[in-house]
Amino acid sequence: MDVLALILVCPVATVLAGLIPSNRWRPWILPAAAVVHLSLVAIVLLSGGMGAKVKPGPTTHEGFIGTALVTPPHAGTPSVTKVVPGDSGGIVLSDWLGLDPPGRVVLLLVSMLFVACAFYTVGYLRDLRDHLNRVFCVCFLAFLGAMTLVICTNNLGLMWVAMEATTLSSAPLIYFKHTQTSIEATWKYLLLCSVGIALALLGSFFVAYAAILHGLTPSLKLADLLRQAPEMDKRWLEAGFVLLLVGYGTKMGLAPMHSWLPDAHGESPSPVSAMFSGALISTAFLMVMRSQHILYVAGDGAYASRLLILLGLLSMAFAAMFMVGQKDLKRMLAYSSVEHMGILALGLGIGGIALLGAMLHVLTNGFTKGALFLSVGNIDRAYGSKTIPEVRGALRRLPLSGMLFLLGFLAITGSPPFGPFISELIILYGTLMAGHFLIAAIFLALLLVIFIGMGRTVLAATQGSVPASGRRSRFRDGLLSGLPVLACLLIVLMLGLYIPPPVWGLLHHATNYLEVKP
Amino acid sequence: MLMILNAILVLVILINLFALGTSRMKALIHAAAFQGVLLGFLPPLVVKDVGTLPLLMAVMTIVLKGIVIPNMLLKALRDAQVKREVEPLIGFMPSILLGAVATAVALALAGHLAPAHSPLGLLVIPTSISMLCTGFLLLTTRVKAVTQVIGFLLLENGIFVFGLLLLSAIPYLVELGVLLDLFVGIFVISIIIHHINRAFASQDTRRLSSLKG
Repeated sequence: MDVLALILVCPVATVLAGLIPSNRWRPWILPAAAVVHLSLVAIVLLSGGMGAKVKPGPTTHEGFIGTALVTPPHAGTPSVTKVVPGDSGGIVLSDWLGLDPPGRVVLLLVSMLFVACAFYTVGYLRDLRDHLNRVFCVCFLAFLGAMTLVICTNNLGLMWVAMEATTLSSAPLIYFKHTQTSIEATWKYLLLCSVGIALALLGSFFVAYAAILHGLTPSLKLADLLRQAPEMDKRWLEAGFVLLLVGYGTKMGLAPMHSWLPDAHGESPSPVSAMFSGALISTAFLMVMRSQHILYVAGDGAYASRLLILLGLLSMAFAAMFMVGQKDLKRMLAYSSVEHMGILALGLGIGGIALLGAMLHVLTNGFTKGALFLSVGNIDRAYGSKTIPEVRGALRRLPLSGMLFLLGFLAITGSPPFGPFISELIILYGTLMAGHFLIAAIFLALLLVIFIGMGRTVLAATQGSVPASGRRSRFRDGLLSGLPVLACLLIVLMLGLYIPPPVWGLLHHATNYLEVKP
Repeated sequence: MLMILNAILVLVILINLFALGTSRMKALIHAAAFQGVLLGFLPPLVVKDVGTLPLLMAVMTIVLKGIVIPNMLLKALRDAQVKREVEPLIGFMPSILLGAVATAVALALAGHLAPAHSPLGLLVIPTSISMLCTGFLLLTTRVKAVTQVIGFLLLENGIFVFGLLLLSAIPYLVELGVLLDLFVGIFVISIIIHHINRAFASQDTRRLSSLKG
């Protein structure tokens, strides 16, 4: 089974990374594993035959509840209907592994972004030759493995275990530089995310318990939960959803549970920040989508929508507040992540066309954030600083990275012709179509504030002349530091101009799956 | 069986109140360890046919929650060589009172929270909620890193107790995974505490406040 191979790549690579003795050659295991991972993802996605069944083109369904049923929701999901109550005997693979349509979208993002980050990391670690990188490589691969498992399992309990594993495997990555601020960030990240995620476990239990109350066989399997949802106890289900939203929302960086995020994104090495903000929090969003789906199927979608819209707008507002006048480039980008997670929650809450926009936004935001964090990483390496008074004239100091950073800024704030423009436009269109005019107005106003706030910082960093004083390094744009950024940004540009039919197929399939009652 | 179960749950609640009231860090860790051991006895009490897997779960719980994790925390405490007092943001008496109120409210609502036909009696859900509240209280009102970790541990224990209601639904693989995560989590946390100590010469998490804005 391909999915099994996909999950096994990372543990194998992790062990290999631990065994390789050479500090100089060890980082190359990262791109090697990344390429194998991506090829397996390609095989899994293509064998699912996603793109073929769904016609490309603009969405046809209208209104709050999507009606375009293109394929049955469980097509391609290798989940099994067999339910063994209290089964504790042999482990049947299909009882554990399975890839739902929204998972496919996130899987594609995670894998492609990791390829870019892996190549970048090789260059990054080469510059830090005297720094031991065994722990870093091992944890980075384990981190990828944990994310893959979150995406590829169909059991709410195992999802939780894997999600907590992402926290544990990535904590040492933040601490890589061994500075006081990085300890602080690691501590906050570990404690806040662990406690947050603990609530998600309780939420999963509540959802399962909602089944017991009405005499159903409890289960943590996604397929069983979706099937039983309409008959479950509403109060426990709603309580469970709130806990799941708070728990996975913490990991996703939704305000007001976001306080770990700027610290962790700001202090970790840039390729790690890029994975955090492009892949990890998108994976957490996948968990929020799955939780919302259960409530939606139970006929309680309006309740989930209200909460998601509220948290979404709140996140955007918080981000706007902290981004205006932000001097630290990486923290600025981190708040931008909070903003975009807010946009995703908003799109999911509104549903319909906006949900399609949100699915596309997962991809566009992920790749843009990858490009931005990696280019800021280059700026950080060149100036030895990531704050404004020290960083100036990046366009002169680093022509390629400076330019890519500037373009990435234009992309993430929703300027055409880049991908986020299209996805935000679809979300806005969906919001207006659903009749939420006030929400659309707030959405636009916050986007404007963020554009201005972010613009001031970015222009100050890129324009002007390079300050004469300050620590100089010999860092120049190179193949390993420039190409991954360029690749991410080209993907973003492509998604803005032309979305390939297979990708449209993935997005449509995910949207339909989330909006249809099984 | 129900008698023993309820007796253990009452004991667990008492440990919570003790944890809120104690001023000695060592006593707090011992209390958490004792609670962990008690929890280990619960799964075999709840399952009807005691096979190897519930027993394995019980042994793993007792070993990890009762012995390994507390020892890691004690070691972190020894390495720290700082004051061994708990240092609360709010006093011990108010903490106990808050914990007692939370427990009382949870017990008062027990009738509404649990289904009438539950074979496990009425105490499981209120105990679990009481433990969650205790964990949160310790997490938010204590400043030492180790104390916050114990708060997290008690929170996890609360979720474990709620999980008793679902023993048939939660596959053992997931249970073991949760335990493993907890173990690795505390392991990583105690390493970080060690580094906090070295870098800041204190475990006071209030010093971790340079990252703002």
